Amino acid sequence: MIEGPLWRKWLFVNIPIILFVFVLLFPFYWMIITTVRPDSELYRPWNAPNYNPFWTWRPTLEHIQYLLEETLFSTWMLNTMLIAGISTIISVICGVFAGYALARLNFPYAAGIGTGIFVTYLVPQTLLFIPLSDIIRNFSLGDTPWALILTYPTFLIPFCTWLMMGYFKAIPKELEECARIDGASRFKAMLYIILPIAVPGILSAGIFAFTLSWNEFIYALVFLSSPEQKTVPVGVTSELIRGDVFFWGPLMAGALLGSIPVALVYSFFVEHYVAGMTGSVKG
Amino acid sequence: MAQVLIQSLNKKFDEVHVVKDVNLEIRDKEFMVFVGPSGCGKTTTLRMIAGLESITSGQVMIGDTVVNTLPPMDRDIAMVFQNYALYPHMTVYDNMAFGLKMRKFAKDDIRRRVQDAADILDIRDYLHRKPRQLSGGQRQRVALGRAIVRHPRVFLFDEPLSNLDAKLRVQMRIELRKLHERLGTTAVYVTHDQVEAMTLGDRVVVMRDGRVQQVGEPLELYYQPANRFVAGFLGSPAMNFATVRIEADPGGGFVAANEGLRLTVPPRLTDRVGPYAGRELTLGIRPEDLHIADASDPPDLVFDAVVEVIERLGSEALLVMRVGKDAMVASVEPTVPARMRDRLRIAINPERLHAFDMETGAAV
Ligand SMILES: Nc1ncnc2c1ncn2[C@@H]1O[C@H](COP(=O)(O)OP(=O)(O)O)[C@@H](O)[C@H]1O
Ligand SMILES: [Mg+2]
Repeated sequence: MIEGPLWRKWLFVNIPIILFVFVLLFPFYWMIITTVRPDSELYRPWNAPNYNPFWTWRPTLEHIQYLLEETLFSTWMLNTMLIAGISTIISVICGVFAGYALARLNFPYAAGIGTGIFVTYLVPQTLLFIPLSDIIRNFSLGDTPWALILTYPTFLIPFCTWLMMGYFKAIPKELEECARIDGASRFKAMLYIILPIAVPGILSAGIFAFTLSWNEFIYALVFLSSPEQKTVPVGVTSELIRGDVFFWGPLMAGALLGSIPVALVYSFFVEHYVAGMTGSVKG
Repeated sequence: MAQVLIQSLNKKFDEVHVVKDVNLEIRDKEFMVFVGPSGCGKTTTLRMIAGLESITSGQVMIGDTVVNTLPPMDRDIAMVFQNYALYPHMTVYDNMAFGLKMRKFAKDDIRRRVQDAADILDIRDYLHRKPRQLSGGQRQRVALGRAIVRHPRVFLFDEPLSNLDAKLRVQMRIELRKLHERLGTTAVYVTHDQVEAMTLGDRVVVMRDGRVQQVGEPLELYYQPANRFVAGFLGSPAMNFATVRIEADPGGGFVAANEGLRLTVPPRLTDRVGPYAGRELTLGIRPEDLHIADASDPPDLVFDAVVEVIERLGSEALLVMRVGKDAMVASVEPTVPARMRDRLRIAINPERLHAFDMETGAAV
């Protein structure tokens, strides 16, 4: 901490934190307030005498009701959950094994392969979706959840591999050597010693992968077309923006409800997640 | 129980030659200590015995089997690492039981062995704690416990005490020695600390730059170092060295002289020093073999020295002195009345004078 007079602490610590928190949280506040604000207030011009964008005295659930009853929102939620869940599981499993191999098995060009994997992660999706859509069409997977379940790992696996590789490298290799002297095969040493220690890292990878696939937009937009197949981000934006008309209430309600699972996942694992980020594996 | 036989062992990491032609016989039940400055290849040698590092050339035998290609688990060894390498997610009990579980011991047997080891090491009270809830000394004991539960044929230790504070290190050193007396298992112990080497080892291997310099019992190395490196490495404070020129004494025998001193070479050494007449060599004198001269000291074994620093350690006093161009340390009575900048007459103990070749460093 910064030592010294109180005003310094305020100037250099408290005020920046407050600003930062404000900037981060304001969109959520806006999302919530828009969700519960009746249409009559939402579309009131800014110069009207009773214009008050930051607060409402007549909260309503009509937008949520509209979203759940008049749109396929619950289907989109299920689709997203399924797609994000399965592709996360696939990616984390592959990432754990690949990351372990790159970090621990001394095969030729391991370092080069590691860098190569990271580079594939850097190729923008806006380029990749063009060849991928060709592949999806050839395998007749268009407009099915598999189109996304199989394409999300193309960026999730490199991501998880990279993250896990760093995590495994931080685990002292003596632990594993000791296990192997103790009588464990390489696989058992990994199973009983390394993986349990790497749980925070695995959770971090899982949370990130889940969030990335939950929020993914381009592939979902390109590979899915029928409304009942869509994911939340695509469904909400394609069905609730008609031409240049924005249905702000339901739109924000969709955004709000859509972020709840991610928020739950985060808060559920936050303890492990934080431990994972600081990588504390001291014996 | 088993002996370990190392023959022409070499290790190269790519082109870097780290362990060079090591030959060593570690006897059954022996406590063998590898000592040397850091980076000299001790750990690498130990890891080759353990099977954690591949062998570039040569052979390692444990008991009657060549183990060159055996995986670590089949060598029936246990290793204690410098950082303890306790499994952080397991309790102390599970840490110790892991090796037995992997080897499919019966549950009762596991419990009995862990209890026994815990009794020996006095860690019964922590069996259900996690490693992070233990102090450094306790972790050290758990690491030892994990090694002894399996009753392996050989223990390998890689600087196990170097993470402990000085007091605990002395205590654990004694306990390690007791443990060895009790179990009698062949042990190979790596350290860079010469005090640990001298006190723990039945025999000591001094290594330097990947080569074995000398193998022998601690006092043998101390009193008869094979070369200048061993002489300087063992002992604290370190041996004093002075470059001298050997001259034939008109009255028979030889004289070793430089700007600061002029000593008659003791008869014990004359035969070996003879060939160096007219040339230089390095004299070695341990600090405890120097004392303040009195009337009984023969004048040809005495020289002048100027005291630069006095370190009074309680049990002894160290006089850091200048003798000609050389610095020398003498270990003397703690109550010595000397003061800084005093000029003293210092005598040597001729029985313990060492001489080394200038080029090769080998003992003359
Ligand atoms: N895996 C490795 N790859 C390359 N060089 C290594 C490796 N392990 C050790 N070395 C080198 O080998 C030399 C001896 O190392 P080590 O056996 O650990 O020394 P010590 O234990 O005596 O301090 C050092 O110079 C070290 O840098
Ligand atoms: Mg070492």
